[in-house]
Amino acid sequence: MSNMAGLKYLMFLGCAIPYRVSAFEVSARKVLGKLGVELVEMPEFNCCGLPLDPISHEMMLILAARNLALAEREGLDIITLCPGCAGTLKKVNKMLKEDKALRDEINCHLKEAGLEFKGTQDAKHFMQVLIEDVGLEKVKNAVVKPLTVLKVAEHNGCHILRPKEFIGFDDPEDPKTLKALVEATGATCLDYMDETECCGAPSVGVNDKIALQLAREKLNHIKAVDAQAMITICPFCHIMYDTNELRIEKMFNETYGIPILHYPQLLGLAMGMKPEELGFSDLRVDTSKFMKQACEGGK
Amino acid sequence: MTETGQKTIKSSEIDTKFKYEISKMHGGEKLMRCFQCGTCTSDCPIAKFSDTYRPRQIIRMTQLGLKDRVLKSDTLWLCASCFTCTDRCPQDVEVASVIRVLRNLAAEQGNIPQVFKEECASILESGYAYRIPELRIKKRETSGLPPLPKGNPESIRKTLKEVHLLKHMERKSE
Repeated sequence: MSNMAGLKYLMFLGCAIPYRVSAFEVSARKVLGKLGVELVEMPEFNCCGLPLDPISHEMMLILAARNLALAEREGLDIITLCPGCAGTLKKVNKMLKEDKALRDEINCHLKEAGLEFKGTQDAKHFMQVLIEDVGLEKVKNAVVKPLTVLKVAEHNGCHILRPKEFIGFDDPEDPKTLKALVEATGATCLDYMDETECCGAPSVGVNDKIALQLAREKLNHIKAVDAQAMITICPFCHIMYDTNELRIEKMFNETYGIPILHYPQLLGLAMGMKPEELGFSDLRVDTSKFMKQACEGGK
Repeated sequence: MTETGQKTIKSSEIDTKFKYEISKMHGGEKLMRCFQCGTCTSDCPIAKFSDTYRPRQIIRMTQLGLKDRVLKSDTLWLCASCFTCTDRCPQDVEVASVIRVLRNLAAEQGNIPQVFKEECASILESGYAYRIPELRIKKRETSGLPPLPKGNPESIRKTLKEVHLLKHMERKSE
């Protein structure tokens, strides 16, 4: 995959993106296309398996392995937009490659559907593709409207960073990839308290109060450094903040007004694309003030 | 006082082999290395806002053999799987994975929160963990997105038919 002209991946959408985070998909496809990355739709894929790991590790392994086996059949590496999917597919790929007994066991299940895991393809998250395969220089060179006037905060989320043993392309204690990608757009990426803390989304449905308290704390830290927007790369983190910001404001008597953007939306603006091409109308938190600031910087 | 830890421990409720059972399972191998330093609990984002969820306590109860208390506890399901505990444990205990192993065992005993049952049913039915609304599928075209790939539920069900938990659930519902 080192040949830039030949960057081509199987697009693994996962479940959260088609369910309710289309702005991420719309904007990511736009910027990847412009960066020369070809996407092939992945036929017959299933949930990565992660949501069922808490009740059955066995089921998670089979579901993930089925996806990897499908990618092997297509002869292409997987790209995902969801860090949960990327983390799960990477982890299972590594586990099955290294543990023959486990691989044989999982292959017994896959055989029932005429599939086999061999361990010949890779799975990567969108951000890893940008930094490792496309390259930061190429991203920078694609920027035609530097957003130099903007000061924003990034939020990586958990599964793109941890556990380090399986994800391993960034430092989970002091992550730098998303920061570098944000700064490639010309914007300033601010440091703030507890940057790598969980958004709380996995606790929604189990204990909503804890989930909202976690999201509130993050928004408070970001507000404290006067960030004009929060930049995410995970559909669940995005839902957590964008969908709940108004609710948190009401519940805890706070005022934020901080738009939550998917990273490819920010990059797309810097690449000269229009907000309507990048799914801005799907965002819940009002972005009009932010857009005004961003456009002034472009002049 | 916490939900799981408030009662006096009676020797009759201790399953002395429980720790070995967990140590044999994938992710639970390093359970016995825990020396209760408390890094996991002090760095846990959930423990910060919960009065009951304490990963260190769950690990200690597991080492002690308080099997029923651990597996029947609701707090077991509060872990957000952020893996901060796993990455920071000075003893390399995969804390989040031990908790996952415990959840898997609780699930086999029938202790499964509703949200997981729904996701499981949806995957068996369509391949997706959520039921994607028709409107969303139709809207893809106007948003300039390619059609949503169709899942292959038949193939998925074939690969999952020997899964331990599913066979368990079937037997229970019979």
